[in-house]
Order: sequence, then C-alpha cells, then structure tokens
Amino acid sequence: MKSNSGARVVAKVEPTLAHRISTKLYSKPKLRLQLLLSAPVTWLGLVYIAALLALLVTAFFTVDSFTGNLTPGFSLENFASLFTNSLYSTVTFRTIGIALAVTVVDVLLALPIAFYMAKVASPRARGVLVISILMPLWASYLVKAYAWRSLLSNVGIFAWLLRPIGLDTPGYSLLGAGITLGYLWLPYVILPIYASLEKVPSNLLEASSDLGAKTWPTLRRIVFPLILPGIVAGSIFSFSLTLGDYITINIVGGANQMLGNLVYSNVGVANNLPMAAAIALVPVLIMFGYLSAVRRTGALDNL
Amino acid sequence: MAITSSILTVIYLPLAIVLLNSFNSSLNMDWPPPGFTLEWWQRAGASTGLLDALITSLVIAACSAAIALVLGTMLAMALSRYKFFGKNAVSLMIILPIALPGIVTGIALNNAFRTLLGMQLSILTVVIAHATFCIVTVYNNALARLNRMGKSMEEASADLGAGVFTTFRLVTLPQMLSALVAGGLLAFGLSFDEIIVTTFTAGGGTQTLPIWILNNMFRPGKAPIVDVVAVFMVIVSIIPIYFAQRLTAKEAKAS
Amino acid sequence: MRITATVKLLAIGSAAMLALSGCASSNNGGDMLQSLGDNEKTVSLLGWPGYAEDGSTDPAYDWVTPFEKESGCNVTFKPYGTSDEAITLFKTGDYDAIAASGDATLRLIAAGDVQPLNTALIPNYAGVYEFLKNRDFNTVDGKTYGVPHGYGANLLMYNTDVVKPAPTSWSVVFDGASAYKGKVTAYDSPIYIADAALYLMKHNTDLGITNPYALDETQLAAAVTLLKAQKENVGEYWSDYLKSIQSFTTGDSVVGTTWQVIKNYTPAEAHVEAILPSEGATGWSDSWMISSKAKSPNCAYAWLNYIDSPKANAAATEYFGEAPATPDACQYGSADFCATYNAGDTEFEKQIWYWTTPIEKCLDGRTDVKCTDYAAWTQAWLEIKG
Repeated sequence: MKSNSGARVVAKVEPTLAHRISTKLYSKPKLRLQLLLSAPVTWLGLVYIAALLALLVTAFFTVDSFTGNLTPGFSLENFASLFTNSLYSTVTFRTIGIALAVTVVDVLLALPIAFYMAKVASPRARGVLVISILMPLWASYLVKAYAWRSLLSNVGIFAWLLRPIGLDTPGYSLLGAGITLGYLWLPYVILPIYASLEKVPSNLLEASSDLGAKTWPTLRRIVFPLILPGIVAGSIFSFSLTLGDYITINIVGGANQMLGNLVYSNVGVANNLPMAAAIALVPVLIMFGYLSAVRRTGALDNL
Repeated sequence: MAITSSILTVIYLPLAIVLLNSFNSSLNMDWPPPGFTLEWWQRAGASTGLLDALITSLVIAACSAAIALVLGTMLAMALSRYKFFGKNAVSLMIILPIALPGIVTGIALNNAFRTLLGMQLSILTVVIAHATFCIVTVYNNALARLNRMGKSMEEASADLGAGVFTTFRLVTLPQMLSALVAGGLLAFGLSFDEIIVTTFTAGGGTQTLPIWILNNMFRPGKAPIVDVVAVFMVIVSIIPIYFAQRLTAKEAKAS
Repeated sequence: MRITATVKLLAIGSAAMLALSGCASSNNGGDMLQSLGDNEKTVSLLGWPGYAEDGSTDPAYDWVTPFEKESGCNVTFKPYGTSDEAITLFKTGDYDAIAASGDATLRLIAAGDVQPLNTALIPNYAGVYEFLKNRDFNTVDGKTYGVPHGYGANLLMYNTDVVKPAPTSWSVVFDGASAYKGKVTAYDSPIYIADAALYLMKHNTDLGITNPYALDETQLAAAVTLLKAQKENVGEYWSDYLKSIQSFTTGDSVVGTTWQVIKNYTPAEAHVEAILPSEGATGWSDSWMISSKAKSPNCAYAWLNYIDSPKANAAATEYFGEAPATPDACQYGSADFCATYNAGDTEFEKQIWYWTTPIEKCLDGRTDVKCTDYAAWTQAWLEIKG
C-alpha cells in the first residue's frame, strides 16, 4: 500500500517539473533557441573553428630542422616560399584543374541518371536505382582505387578494349587519376541532384510541354534553375574531395603530385606542420571562395 | 535509360573486378587471375585483427552518427524555426567540416587534440572528429523535412495544450523520422569509410577498418583479403539501405 | 658532459619549444638504465608492417604471443608506412619502443626522443652480427641507442624480357633511363636522393662525394639535377610493396629500385631479376630503440632482448623479407632463408650504404663545409617530383 502511494507521489511530481520547464520554454522562444544552439555551436566552435584557427597560427611557426620540434614565433618564411617557389603554384593550378575537370564530368554524368531516377523510372525501379547508387559507397575507397589500378594497367581492360582501335589505356597518369577520382565521387554528385529533381513537381514539366515548350527549353528554363542548388551541392563534394586527395594520385597518378601530397609530405615526411599549415590554407581559401560564390544559389542547404 | 544503364555498368565494373579478385589465386591481384581460390575468404574469416577493426569501425560510426543526430537535429530545429543574428555564420560553420578537404580537417584536429588540448589520440578523438563532419548530413536532411512540414501541426499541438517536449515527441519527431534515418545512415556511412581524417586522429592502438585495409594492402601477400572485406561490406550494406528505402517509400505512400 | 656537441647546437633551437609544449627534451634522452625492475603490464610498439605479428593477420605468423606469455607484457603494435610517418607518430609519446630505419634514428636521438641503452641488460645483443654494431645510425658518441632488427639492400630489379642487355650498373635508371621511358620506377622518399648520390660518387668523381649521406650544396644540386632528368622517364614512384609488385607484374614498370622481398613475391611469369649493381647500393639496418618517455621501460627492454633471440628474429625478419640480425637465426628460418637474403655475406654487406639521416655536420668527417640536412632533402624531393 505504502509503496503504491509513494509511486503516485513521484508520478505526480515528475510531470509537474517537466511541465514547469515546458511552460517556461513555451513562453520564452529566445531561451528555447539558445538551448537548441548551445550544444552544437559549442561543439563546432570548440572542436572545429578553434582547431582551424590554431592551424592558421601554426603556419607562422617554424620547425627545428633536425629534431623536428616546433618553434613558435611569427615568421613569414613559410608564406614566402609558398609564393616564391614555383613548385607550389604549379601544383596548385594542376590540382584546381583536375578538381574542375572531375566536377564538370561528374555533373554531366549525374544529370541524366538523376533525371531518369527521379522522373522516368517507376517507383519500384527508383528504389532499386537508389540502392544501386548507394551500395558502391560501402566498398572501401582504397579497394576501389586499387581496382582502378588494375583496370588502367598495361594489361588491364582499358588497354584490352582500346588497343584494337588504335588507342591506349591512359595508364598511371593525371588522366588516370582524374578518371578514378571522378568514379569515386560520382555517387556523391548524383544523390543531391536526384534529391533536388525529386522536388520538382512533375506537373510543372507537363504544364510546360502543354504550353508548347520543347523538351530542351523546358529543361533549361524551368528545371535547371530549380535543381541548380542540387548541382552546386554535388559539385562541392567532388571539388573539395579532389582538392584534398593524396591517396588516389599515389595509386593511379603515376609520378605526379597534387596539393594534398604537398600537405601530407610536409606533415608526414618532413614533419613540418607549419609549412603544411601554410599550404593547407590554399585549398581553404579556394573553398571559401567557392562557398561564397555559390551561397546565393541556396546550395548549402542541399549537401 | 541507355545512359543510365551504361553509367551503372561503369559504376559496377570495378566492383566486379574486386569481386573476382577476392577469389584470385594470385597474391598480388594479378590480372587476369591465374586461378581461383577460396583461401582469402577463409583467411578473412579467421583473422581476429580484421574482426577487431570491423568492430572498432562500427562503434566509431555508431557513436559519431548518434552525436551527429542529436546535434544536427538541434541545429535544424533552431535554423528552421527561428530568425536570429549570426544565422549565416552558423550555417557556414556546419558546412565547413565537409566542405574543406579532409587533409585540412585532419591536420587541424590532430594539432588541436595534441598540442591545444593535450589529449592522447584514441577512439574518442576519432569519434569527435567524425561526428564533426557528420553533423551536416543529418542537419540537411532534418532541415529539408522541417521546412516542408511547416509549423502548423506543431502550433495546433501547442494550442491543444501540449508542452514543448510533448509536441516534439508526439508531433515533430514522428514526421522527421525517415529524414533522420536517412541522415543518420549517411553519417554512419561517411564515418565508416573515412580514411584521411582518421589517419590523423587515430592513436596507435586504434585500427579502423579502412586503416586495417591500408595496412594490409601494403604488406606482401595479403592484398586479396581486402577485396573480401569490400565485397562483404557491399553485401551487408544492402540491409540498412533497404530498410531506409522502405521507410521512405512507406511515408511517401502515406502522404 | 652529458650533452654532446651536436645536441647542444640543437638544444638552442628547441629551447623555446620546450617551455611551451613540455613534450620534448633536447638532451640526449637521459641516462641509461642500470638495472631492470619488474615487467609492467603492457608495452606499446611502433614498427614497419610485419615487425610484430601476433597471429591476428594470419595464425601461422605469431611471435608476439610467446613473448606476451613469457614476459607478462601485453603488446600493442602500430605499423607505419614510411620512416617519416614513424617519427611523427613516435613524437606523440604514445610508444615505448620503435623499430626505426637509419634515416630516422639520428633524428630521434638528436631530439632526445629515445634513451641510450644498457646492452648488458640485453643478453641476446652479444649474438648480433658485429658489423651491425656501433654504426653511425645506431650509436652516437659511443652510446648505443638501438639494437639491430635485420638488414637489407635496395636492389635493382628489371624485367628480363624488356631490359637488355642485363644491367650491371645503376646507369640503367639514370643516364640510360630514356631507353625505358615511362617504365622506370624509384622509391618515393627523400632518402632516395642518396641513390643518386651513390651513382655520382662512382661516376662523377669530380664532385668529391665520399658518403652518399654527406652532401654539400653543390653535391645535392648535382643529385637533384640527375633525379629531375630521371623523373622524365619515371612511370611512377613506389613506397608500398603491392604497388611495386603489381607494376612489375603488369609490365607498367620494367626497371627500378626494389627490395629482395618484392622480388620474392613477384610471380615467376613476370620474368624479373634483382641484382646488386657494381656501384653497390643503399640499404637499411633497422634498430629497436626505447622512448625516453617510455611508460614501460622494463617491458621494452624485454622486447628488445626477445626480438634478437634467434627464433623470434628468424620469424620476424623472414616474414618481412630481410636478413636477420644474428647468425643464430639462420637455423630457425626456412632452409634457404639466410642464403636468399645474403645474411652474413660480408662481401655483400660491405657494399651497402645503410640509410643514415643526413645532418648539417657532414657524416664523412668534412668540417670545412656544411652538409645539407634532411629538411633540405625533403624540400629537394618535393621539387624533383614537381
């Protein structure tokens, strides 16, 4: 009996407390907002923004060349070599070139397949297609890159298919690396474009064609502006992932290097974090430029 | 249709190579395979190092996705339901970890953990790093759903006297569920296959599956085992993807 | 004086750092242990892949478990991909001991990251090949910092169908490389500059190179020029076995540097041969060293002694594919183990220039010039690759 009544008391107190908080929160939207933001903003600020700023500061440090220990201070040495040594500008332009090419090709490939998935395929086929785009993402990135190594090799499928028609495999080269990178990031480009196409109402397309518009103008004038955010979101993935890659280029890129290799070499090989930090600012600035350019498209809500 | 199927062929061609190589009797995945064997599948099954790495990766991916789910949902609610000063800065902050190249995130976090915070690199540091770049996937899925849902249902619930928590539990959350599942699954997958940030944030004792694969690829006579792992992962991944798809399809039908 | 001349110089540079991070000492790693205590519970090791196998990769290869049973020290092992990665990892202070190649050891010693060893506490050290002891990559100022794990040479591998006549000199990858344009391969590390320097030492005597790890500015520039010319013919650089084995098997590479183990794993159908060219070769002799911040120094000492015991040493070095550190190991490996890797062959051994960290103070004894250090080599290497 006693325990029973105790339970009742507890049961009464709890909702009251929760209720009190709830009421308070209901009447104070500002407090609700603060509570919602506090944890994630603290996390991102403390973990990420602070780390990025610390990296920026490190770019002004130097390294004791023999012991490999950091020497804090304010030195512009790293930035001086970044700007004066032609190695860095050559590699930067090469990397941007590959990243742009990969992005353009991926978007061109992703558009038709995403359109087919969203607007042509039956709901059942659509489900199967989404699964078949998602599944390869689970085969390790490294394993796929090595699979391309055997496809591109001297005795691989490319050589076997192309040699009879007088061409040859691109081999381990910048082109080979570009193809592999484009392959690896393609699903990341397809998915946001598919998601944005799915939101385009089908009757909009019908209305346009009813009004006599040809297929191409319909796509260009009506569909394209609507899915632009999806395209941009996909391009952010392929562009940024290529910009920072240093593993694929090692596996299929032959004797070439990209920005990621310079950063990695300076951290992993030279143990020169300050120089790596200075070089890392190059892709950071490029991405900031890209992000601010595409912000107006609303793409940032589509990642 | 023709374009779609040819692209799908290209997507699956390397995977077919991987599948064949997992039975390749050559130690170095020579092409074309000189013969076929089940040895790699048996060896992979017997490898405790592989099992440990798989478990480590599952734990890391689950923890990162869980943290990302909580933080991402909070952010989506804040940004979809309120207007406030600094909103743009917050949304940029969410996107940055995925928009900046992994190597930048990796060295920045490595430096921060070790020198700023004096932390030992461990599973914990990997989870923190992964959760950070996974937030955005949950956030975007949740935000899109909240925007589509509108506020009317929540307002009705409040008018009927439901508290803030009750409304979230009984009205908002059920409607967001499939978006959260999709976002959480994407976060899980991102974390599971991540290698660059992991390289820089994992301590000596932490071996995730991608790191295990990396180490085994660079060892003589071990290469085909990693193909077994890749094939296995693709097959197993069908299960969560299938259920997420079904959930979405069911909701589409209901609405 | 405990602080050596070289180290004193470096101490000035890193003194400021000391105060800030507290994570590095610029002395010589402290005093060596005089006696051992009870073993701790765990020991954390860092080494090349395959240096400490516990059976988790393949139950047939396990020399860690017997050690754990015998010593009571639980082993955690982290493999690294390059010497440079090893240094970065070791500097975190998470490891009790490291197996480091000669291109890393001097850097660790100078930074005070490793402690001098009392070899009297490592009974199996007595059995190690004499030619591996007291070398400039494991001993500084008479103090021993590392015990040998095994050694090997960077050989020249070529495809016998394509590369004709059979090469006997490194010239096939340098002056004569254009004959195999796009099919030449080379090791992807700044330390590969020493291979070019060794070639110049024999063929361009005007430069006055006497030790490929002691290059002044002019000599380094000559090596860089040679390597830049070589790059035009290089198909790809390699740093992991698989890449090298695959490209020789498919014919994407037909000539370049290799390790004996790579030759062993390359299938017979690939028709490759590996030789020690007339100029000699660079090579490695890896040393196990103990961290100056070791949390388990007793277990670390126990491991160093264990890895030089004949049976464990045979298992570890044959698995990796290199010559063992002790002649007694030969009886434990497979029948032709020591012959395959030329273990104990002093004629072979004499032609190896073991990887040694290039430092400002010339390793060949010159005092009138400053030599280029590893940082300069790294920068040069990035520029060679372009």
